[in-house]
Amino acid sequence: MKNNLKLILIIFLISLNSLNSNSAEKSEDLLNPGWSFKGFFGKFDRASLQRGYQVYTEVCSACHSIKYLSYRNLYEPGGPEFSKEQAEIIASQFELTDGPNNDGEMFTRQARLSDSFVGPYANEKAATAANGGAYPPDMSVLVKARQGGASYIYSVLLGYEDPPEGMSLDDGVHYNKFMSGNKIMMTKPLSEGIVQYSDGTSATEEQMAKDVVTFLAWAAEPHLETRHKIGFRAIVYLIIITVLVYFSMKKLWSRIETEV
Amino acid sequence: MSDHEYTPKSKFGKWFNDRLPLLSLSAHLREYPTPKNLNYWWTFGGILTFCLVAQIVTGIVLAMHYVANSDLAFASVEHIMRDVNYGWLIRYFHANGSSMFFLAVYIHIFRALYYGSYKSPREVIWIIGMIIYFLMMMTAFTGYVLPWGQMSFWAATVITNLFSAMPFIGESVTNWLWGGFAVANPTLTRFYALHYLLPFLIFGLVILHIWALHVPGNNNPIGIELKKPSKDTVPFHPYIVIKDLFALLIFLIVFAFFVFYSPNLLGHPDNYIEANPMVTPSHIVPEWYLLPFYAILRSVPDKLFGVIAMFASVFVLVILPWLDTSKVKSAIFRPLYKQFYWFLLADVIILGYVGAMPAEGLYLLVARVATAYYFVHFLIVLPVLGYKEKTLDVPLSLTDPVLGGSTNEALTKGQKK
Repeated sequence: MKNNLKLILIIFLISLNSLNSNSAEKSEDLLNPGWSFKGFFGKFDRASLQRGYQVYTEVCSACHSIKYLSYRNLYEPGGPEFSKEQAEIIASQFELTDGPNNDGEMFTRQARLSDSFVGPYANEKAATAANGGAYPPDMSVLVKARQGGASYIYSVLLGYEDPPEGMSLDDGVHYNKFMSGNKIMMTKPLSEGIVQYSDGTSATEEQMAKDVVTFLAWAAEPHLETRHKIGFRAIVYLIIITVLVYFSMKKLWSRIETEV
Repeated sequence: MSDHEYTPKSKFGKWFNDRLPLLSLSAHLREYPTPKNLNYWWTFGGILTFCLVAQIVTGIVLAMHYVANSDLAFASVEHIMRDVNYGWLIRYFHANGSSMFFLAVYIHIFRALYYGSYKSPREVIWIIGMIIYFLMMMTAFTGYVLPWGQMSFWAATVITNLFSAMPFIGESVTNWLWGGFAVANPTLTRFYALHYLLPFLIFGLVILHIWALHVPGNNNPIGIELKKPSKDTVPFHPYIVIKDLFALLIFLIVFAFFVFYSPNLLGHPDNYIEANPMVTPSHIVPEWYLLPFYAILRSVPDKLFGVIAMFASVFVLVILPWLDTSKVKSAIFRPLYKQFYWFLLADVIILGYVGAMPAEGLYLLVARVATAYYFVHFLIVLPVLGYKEKTLDVPLSLTDPVLGGSTNEALTKGQKK
């Protein structure tokens, strides 16, 4: 009787599940180039992060801000690990408005390491207006803000195609097979050779997409490497102490004629 | 409560204990006679106490860095994640801690349902527990709003809007909750205040919960009242302390996997998008532990009755000690109740599942059937079962032979050969 009930339940749950996959929109399987930062010992690939930073600066940052990242993050451990001097040079290429000074005037100055990344637009409204009514989202936590994470963004970057027969798109709307609804306002951002990598890596679309998504994954989770490192130690420590406590418990309960 | 009077050894101890019997209390907690046949489902009380303390400690640290302002809240959470020393660890611990807290409380509640722990003489323990559970849901909900992401904002909008279903006063109550005419900064600041207050109320109720427990003592898998202390019981310290510690450590290993290796698995990606009143997410869902209630709410076509059904689903648990008419506590001796118990568990899981799905088509039908069974189980099955069910023979004590001379398998399982 009990087994029958369980069987019925299992069949029911499985049928619910298959129903779900049938009714869901036909969504493409996300592309996954193999991320170095996944898994127990996952770490970022430094070279990829540095190249990714280059793609972000030369391509994405024309429209997308990344306001929760600071220039100092670029040399901090666990990130792209540029040298401090390199990070200073990078920061000095940007200008921002500061003030008021002692005369009550706002003034423009070079960005410093302690400043957060300077965005392309003054505010969200300006960004929306400049992009045909579609706000280019801030990229600081974009990887965490999308179902599918890094693989999803990678897929969208490579998912531009001609629209299928019979589908008409408005001006400024593009077809993307991974975007929900398949319509995207962003023009295809990457094309072969759009950046020139200084380390000799050939700038194919896949390579650039992988690099920039690695960079964005780090931007969303700058302490990921520390987290993995501490996590591994914490779990090993917990397992050891659990074994010790288990044997102590067995010893204590051996005085009682009941299993523990 | 303890059978013999405790007298401290030192002179100062005696002097102090006469004025404030803390030492007597501590002696009571150490000697507290606990049934020796408790299984690991009984370790979740200790685990829950740990969860509560851990949430309060991490929460206080987070409160030192968080800014309760609708313009700054989202950025302050990112500040915690990036710039505060080990802020990412504290926040992930706190966020996943709420899920682990609910996981533990559900196991704790379903253990009580299986072994009839809510029955006389433990009704008050059960009712206090249900109040704690209700406050936990309020705490979790107000806490979920604080990061001020899209799900925070829209969950707050959906849930506070429920109150507008009340006839005549609905709109005023909703505006009063919001502190305005929509979810906005005043809503955030009051939710923050409540989120800081409620855990301390829970803490106080937990003390009452344990106090009420220590009057009749623990129930046990056999569900019979034991003579305490006797050879059926062991002192709480060290036997139960070490067993609870062992179970807690296993629990912490699972906890650590979430915190360190998939900290965002149980959250919704939309909550990493800052709240925007102009953009409604395509699919608003609460956290997983509230999904069964969300399913019940949506399965009723009328808003007011949906809200009533949702609150009734918790209230029906409060009066459970009087709905279950069976004199036998443990499901071990109740063959029919045992079937219905597993059916209820499956029902709640199904409710949780359809709660995460859009309320349409077959999902809605399943949600309605599951909601109906939920109430039928408590309001019809349990009262009737007490009269109709033929229960198995219940032993008189853990060590004595079973009534009628035959050995009961369920009883001997725990005994060493």
